Amino acid sequence: MAEYNYDLIVIGAGPGGYVAAIRASQLGLKAAVIEKDKPGGVCLNIGCIPSKALIHQAEVFRSIAGLKEMGVVIDSSKFDYSVVFKKSRTAADRLSKGVQSLLKKNKVELLPGTARFVSAHEIEIDGKNRVTAANIIVATGSSPRQIPGFEFDEKQVLSSTGALMLETLPKRLIILGAGAIGMEFAHIMNSFGVEVTVVEMLDQILPLEDADSVDVVARDFKKRGITMHTSTRATKLQKSKSGIKLTIEDATGKSSTLDADQLLVAVGRAPNSAGLGLESIGVKLDRGFIVTGDYYETAVKGVFAIGDVIPTPLLAHVAMKEGEIAVEHIAGQDPERRVPSDEIPSAVYTEPQVASFGPTEAKLKAAGMAFEKAIFPYRGAGKSVAVEQPEGMVKVLYAPETHEILAAHISGANATELIHELLLAKKAELLPEDIATMIHAHPTLSEAVMESARVAEGWAIHI
Amino acid sequence: MAEKILMIALSPTMEEGTIVKWHKKEGDSVKSGDVLCEVETDKATMDYESSQEGTLLKIVHGDGTASKVGDLIGVIGQKGEDIQAILSAAPAQSAAPAQPVASAQPVASAQPSAPAQPTAAAQSVAAKPSSAANGPLPTLSPGQSKSSPLARKLASRNGYDIRQISGSGPGGRVVKRDVEGFNPSLAQPAAAGQAYVAATGQNVDIPVTGKRAVIARRLSESKFSAPHYYLKSSVEMERVIEARSMLNKEQTEKVSFNAFIIKFVAEALKRHPAVNASWQGDHITQFGSIDIALAVDLGNGLMTPVVRNCGNRGVVDIDHELKELIQKTGAGQLKPEEYTGATFTISNLGSFGVEEFTAIINPPGAAILALGELKKVPVVDEHDQIVVRQVMKMTLSCDHRVIDGATSGRFMHELTRTMENPVRVLY
Repeated sequence: MAEYNYDLIVIGAGPGGYVAAIRASQLGLKAAVIEKDKPGGVCLNIGCIPSKALIHQAEVFRSIAGLKEMGVVIDSSKFDYSVVFKKSRTAADRLSKGVQSLLKKNKVELLPGTARFVSAHEIEIDGKNRVTAANIIVATGSSPRQIPGFEFDEKQVLSSTGALMLETLPKRLIILGAGAIGMEFAHIMNSFGVEVTVVEMLDQILPLEDADSVDVVARDFKKRGITMHTSTRATKLQKSKSGIKLTIEDATGKSSTLDADQLLVAVGRAPNSAGLGLESIGVKLDRGFIVTGDYYETAVKGVFAIGDVIPTPLLAHVAMKEGEIAVEHIAGQDPERRVPSDEIPSAVYTEPQVASFGPTEAKLKAAGMAFEKAIFPYRGAGKSVAVEQPEGMVKVLYAPETHEILAAHISGANATELIHELLLAKKAELLPEDIATMIHAHPTLSEAVMESARVAEGWAIHI
Repeated sequence: MAEKILMIALSPTMEEGTIVKWHKKEGDSVKSGDVLCEVETDKATMDYESSQEGTLLKIVHGDGTASKVGDLIGVIGQKGEDIQAILSAAPAQSAAPAQPVASAQPVASAQPSAPAQPTAAAQSVAAKPSSAANGPLPTLSPGQSKSSPLARKLASRNGYDIRQISGSGPGGRVVKRDVEGFNPSLAQPAAAGQAYVAATGQNVDIPVTGKRAVIARRLSESKFSAPHYYLKSSVEMERVIEARSMLNKEQTEKVSFNAFIIKFVAEALKRHPAVNASWQGDHITQFGSIDIALAVDLGNGLMTPVVRNCGNRGVVDIDHELKELIQKTGAGQLKPEEYTGATFTISNLGSFGVEEFTAIINPPGAAILALGELKKVPVVDEHDQIVVRQVMKMTLSCDHRVIDGATSGRFMHELTRTMENPVRVLY
């Protein structure tokens, strides 16, 4: 039998990769992870974490308005966005170092460099050293998707990476694409006083989220002065010294132009599958995504792929779970074959926030599935009024006869935390009546979750 | 226009059926007469044939789902049709009329068959604790079992005992997929004498579903509404045994003992048509055909397949049909017209060593004959000598509303004399 250097090599130290490597080590496998950049991947370095740092700062800044109402005089003339930027980098760097120490603590070797497959069990790093492993997990992630005519220059045309790295704010920003990334930047920039216009091709902002949830965000954003064009395509981009001019076309075919200092293109992310030598060893690709079967194994035995490089939801927590499944399978355990798609939470950190799991109401309708819905508005929970965040709702979609929870959609303050009570119920196969009869502390926003379950059972109190 | 596929009554007594397996997938095209799915009714597993043509657009009740008659179980129509309106109306369970399949029933108001079920034949394994602690354990595990609330709800909706279902969730918890993948027919207790209950001291509750519920209801109805009385006779069986062995010498396939009894009973009924009758409330129906049922044990219940028109058939013919029916009974393939509407029923517990017993009348018939074992006993013969004879005890249960004692007495006398002297069938 061939002797390998490692039981497992993971390519990419993003959230999927480093979690997989650590899990492997926990299960007694000798593991290494190859990373060409900083450990932590997009999520920690140029994604979730720094953006959440910016969002936090944005909310601190937004609270100035509330202080003014109380008669507090604040001088914001010396506001310096570069401090905000530096804070976000500090957070990212701290966590990236944290990942390094976690790898070390778990005896996972970090091999810096760019990997390329020589065979199903052998990898060349930076065209020099070769390492072998019994199993290899590809966790190379994704990059901002470019579209022809709107290529990133990171000066006037920004990717999400470029937008995170801004040290000064534009006066006017156009955001192309109203997905989670686009809308989070709209929230950040608007909070710091930037004039924001959002252009979305589909007919609603946050196209993957439930229309009722989106409604809460859209109404709030409109009130805050964010201009949103839905069912609208960007057809032409002109760059000049003074800024950019974007030509857009609405659903009726009517054209108009928008002027701004910068354009953020946030139209999705593309898998990083090129240059790895995947095809040469027989791994199958579909439009750039790696095709996987049970336990995320590719067409080549012993080669697995997880995270953004496969066509599953592009979310760090999905990549982590997929990595755990692949590793547990490699280690001879008996994990679930795939992540159950209806148990994946999504979280959008706008304010109001949006969080959900399972299909939207529109999707259930399109699939012809029987369902019922229970909606409870935030304002029915006293806490939301007390903390001046009464806008929002909890929506539960459930099966008519058994009341099995099919999906939940929450929009409003703390939605990204509140979703988990319903998700635990879904996973443990609890029913709305279990939540309805559980005592929830008063006053909390979680009472809105309890009341939504009571709506399903027909006995909500505060509505 | 998309149309609903409703659960229909596939047997006269069916109020609920469990969809065992869909033969068509969503998107499959369906022709009239195609088998859509198999349905386990209270008595048997039946094919549900489509009366509509088109594409199966939606399966509403999947495999393993218990569905009441009238429940929406699927939707058929043209590809791409919008079926939302139909589906959203689904939970409202319309009281859809039962549509019994056409069956050759002798009486218009034929009551569902209720088998003769002497208590002695109860095959439940859970009844008595046994000291055989090292015997194989039953499928029931006493006490609490871990299960999710959804799993419990699904189980109760399907009429399953959650404790019969093994769990695949965390810590062995029974979860939705376990209930959906549960096959109650595989989890039935084994036949009597093969399973023992560990003496745990804990009671085991077995849910009453399907066949058991029908048996319970019909027999209670019969026993509590028909005034039963009983006649007992002993028959010397030497001549029947002799006749059988003579006949079987000429046959490639051996004619069963039960077929002989059916033949003799049919001959006696021909001569006493008042016994081949039914109480109908405001009148008594004397049947124009002699349709004799035989109670067949299934381990988890019993069925009463019916041999039709026995009065006009020879014993070989009767035997042939009887064997076919028994084979179908075991396979769960009996059609309703093959187990309902018996005009007379025979129950034979001789093979269990039962000497004699009384049976409960199986409506719409008004009498049932209970047969004990064949046994060598000392008999005083016509010369006052004590001789050894093969004797069988027969007990006739009669519905006094239909049959008076003298009538049934004459019938029993006829039957006994014919069996002791088979030449009488020539009379």
